[in-house]
Amino acid sequence: MTDAVITTGDGEQIKAEQANRAIDERAYGFWIYLMSNAIVFALLLATFVVMSHNIADGPDGHTLFRLPHTFAKTILLLASSTTFGFASVAIATGLRRRTLAWLSVTFLLGLGFVAMEIWEFYDMAVAGAGPWRSGFLSAFFTLVGTHGAQVSVALIWIVLLGCEVALRGLNPFVASRLRRLGLFWHFLDIVWIGIFSIVYLPEII
Amino acid sequence: MLGKLTIDALPFYSGIALTGALVSALGALGVVALITWLGRWRYLWTEWLTSLDHKKIGVMYVTLALIMLVRGFIDALMMRTQQAVALDSHGFLPPDHFDQIFTSHATIMVFFVAMPFLVGLFNVVVPQQIGARDMAFPFMNSVSLWLTASGAALVMVSLVIGKFSTAGWNAYPPYSEAQFSPGVGVDYWIWAILISSVGSMLTGLNFLVTIVKRRAPGMRLMIMPQFTWTALCTSILIVFAFPALIVAAALLGLDRYLGMHFFTNSGGGKLANYIDLFWIWGHPEVYILILPAFGVYSEVVATFSGRRLFGYDSLVYSTVAIAVLSLCVCLHHFFTMGGGTDVNAFFGRMAPLIAVPTGVTIFDWLLTMYRGRVQFSVPMLFTVGFIVTFIIGGMTGVLLTLAPGGRPMHDTTFLVAHFHNMMIPGALFGYLAGYQYWFPKAFGFRLEGKWGRRAFWAWIVGFYLAFVPLYILGFMGMPQRLESYDVAGWQPFLIVAEFGALFILCGVTFLAVQLAVSIRDRAALADSTGDPWNGRTLEWATASPPAAYNFAAVPHVHGIDAWWDMKQAGTAGRAPVRFYDIIMPDDSSAGVALGAMSFVFAFAMVWQIWWLAAIGGLGVFAAVLTRTFRDHAEHRIPASQVEAIENRRLTTTALASGTPT
Repeated sequence: MTDAVITTGDGEQIKAEQANRAIDERAYGFWIYLMSNAIVFALLLATFVVMSHNIADGPDGHTLFRLPHTFAKTILLLASSTTFGFASVAIATGLRRRTLAWLSVTFLLGLGFVAMEIWEFYDMAVAGAGPWRSGFLSAFFTLVGTHGAQVSVALIWIVLLGCEVALRGLNPFVASRLRRLGLFWHFLDIVWIGIFSIVYLPEII
Repeated sequence: MLGKLTIDALPFYSGIALTGALVSALGALGVVALITWLGRWRYLWTEWLTSLDHKKIGVMYVTLALIMLVRGFIDALMMRTQQAVALDSHGFLPPDHFDQIFTSHATIMVFFVAMPFLVGLFNVVVPQQIGARDMAFPFMNSVSLWLTASGAALVMVSLVIGKFSTAGWNAYPPYSEAQFSPGVGVDYWIWAILISSVGSMLTGLNFLVTIVKRRAPGMRLMIMPQFTWTALCTSILIVFAFPALIVAAALLGLDRYLGMHFFTNSGGGKLANYIDLFWIWGHPEVYILILPAFGVYSEVVATFSGRRLFGYDSLVYSTVAIAVLSLCVCLHHFFTMGGGTDVNAFFGRMAPLIAVPTGVTIFDWLLTMYRGRVQFSVPMLFTVGFIVTFIIGGMTGVLLTLAPGGRPMHDTTFLVAHFHNMMIPGALFGYLAGYQYWFPKAFGFRLEGKWGRRAFWAWIVGFYLAFVPLYILGFMGMPQRLESYDVAGWQPFLIVAEFGALFILCGVTFLAVQLAVSIRDRAALADSTGDPWNGRTLEWATASPPAAYNFAAVPHVHGIDAWWDMKQAGTAGRAPVRFYDIIMPDDSSAGVALGAMSFVFAFAMVWQIWWLAAIGGLGVFAAVLTRTFRDHAEHRIPASQVEAIENRRLTTTALASGTPT
């Protein structure tokens, strides 16, 4: 939408048009950001793939990865994507309390995911398989850790937006921020599916 | 408490390094003292530093680029002088210091001269060219500027506190790993790159959204001005290529800080992966730098030939083709790495393909000039100088992309000459042409022509003198980055190259003189019409300098050269029937704060002062928060005020052209 459209209206109308445009542009910009973020993950995944055999006489994925643990992590994250979906429905229908409830559930599931990841990393590090052990482990920790760090950022973001919903209600700007957070959350979910199938699955099977 | 930072970080190891540090520190103090003495801090803060006006942000970007150009050029001059005298001796620079200089020269020229220069031109011109009032994300624009500035500040600080990297601008491992470069130099490089890259990414995203979403009604993609087209392609390349640089630098940092094994010799590291990642960004970067210059040439050629661009559509397709191809040729930067015959063959075939669309653009410019009434103004001189010189660069480039030819020339001064041939007449001449061309738009008066012409001749003669000898030396087998040498036959060529550097020194000086003279004679050089060159595109429809909102009434566009069409139809400069309120974003100090805090964070990370890094990190987070939740950080300019501003402009324009109102 260009400035010309916005110029022709008057007073409140201009303001509403400008708000719509701002929301539209932010959504578009956020998609572009996600694409460039996807490239970051693609490069990290490629780096992992080329380094997956550089174990430098250290442990390999087959001995390190545990299927039940990884499966539980994956289920937590997938479930959180579903609950965020319920939150999105609540946002679209303007139900503030229900939005907050589903955001809280999503937050707890995401927190569980991050906690399990920290647990996994800790176990590996004390077993002498930290990121400094081999090129393979450097690539593993960096790829999975970058994903985990972004999930953590998203968790902080859920808290901040949850507070905003509680204080300001679901005005169009808040709703648009929640939609972008949702995009980010689902994006991280998709990235995790990539990590699960490329990093964990071949080693476990 | 202070991590690795001790008194030894001060540059007492070399007299020249100490002098450099003192000059920069005193220069910075001098500027601060001057502003204080003039009492201009408040003005500077409210009108410039905190401004979200894209034109002012653009001017600040270009200012940063010009300051850093001086620093980068002094580095170049020192290298040329060293090589001119260092036959069988160590010249005047110790090896460690020489290595720092070639690293900082290239880092500065690519990241803190070329990037801010082109982004600055985008900022001043693109929104006006598409008939928009502002960028899509004005605050993000300010954040980009201050992240870039804090990256530049980090490189400058390394001159005074500690040493800069000696690993070359591309910081190839294993030399750049902690094992071989234990000092803070590479860390300075990593953090300067990371911070400024984030700034560049945000800029790319911002322009991409602005150009896609904010074009004036009627401006279809295929009638968009050429400079905007190159800005669009550049933005796409920035958004998709910079992640690779960020990943490469971050992984190198993980190796250095946490002892990981991405690129180390031992522990299962894979050196080649760094080089792959780096050039996935590195080759598109060449076109990120050069496409905007192509855009400037297109605008300048059309305006000063008084003709519509020849082959507009083919120019667009060529620009897009160059952008796409640039993502598929990165491997020609390392044929010698041992990627295998098939890989080398593929990239050896792909690379010369870029010469095809580039050739098309050259012919389009030539045919625009053909039968045009060409005025040899200063921007046009730079453009013509570019066309002649760039063809040589293109030829030598094709020579290098042929894998059998690239191999013997690899890492010689031939390569140095080739990419300077791309970067000086290719990119920098374009930026300088743009600077001369759009200066009146930004400031309301033209740059003086006589000194501009002198600067041009000094630059082009200096370029040939400095780099033709390097081509010859490359054929003679001289490696790049030599601190001293023992082949007597090389020295005469290096002395000629030194003279070339001195000519370029004149070029830089003349540009400074030109600016000073123009400011002194600004009344005589004033442009009250807003259209000093009889331009063709929409940026000439606004006042010089434009009002904060650019356009009182947003123009409707029906073809390429929208402003030219309006002038032909007699509708140019006519006041709109009715004025409306205009809503513009408020200024914000959060951008400056964010930049400053990211500098604190990066500096603390370089010296491993963890508590200070935590403060810096939290500061960045706080600066983001203060703005994120403000949806109405904007003010309304009432219609009456818009009308008053526009009427004042119409009066001065009429007075200037001598017609009664």
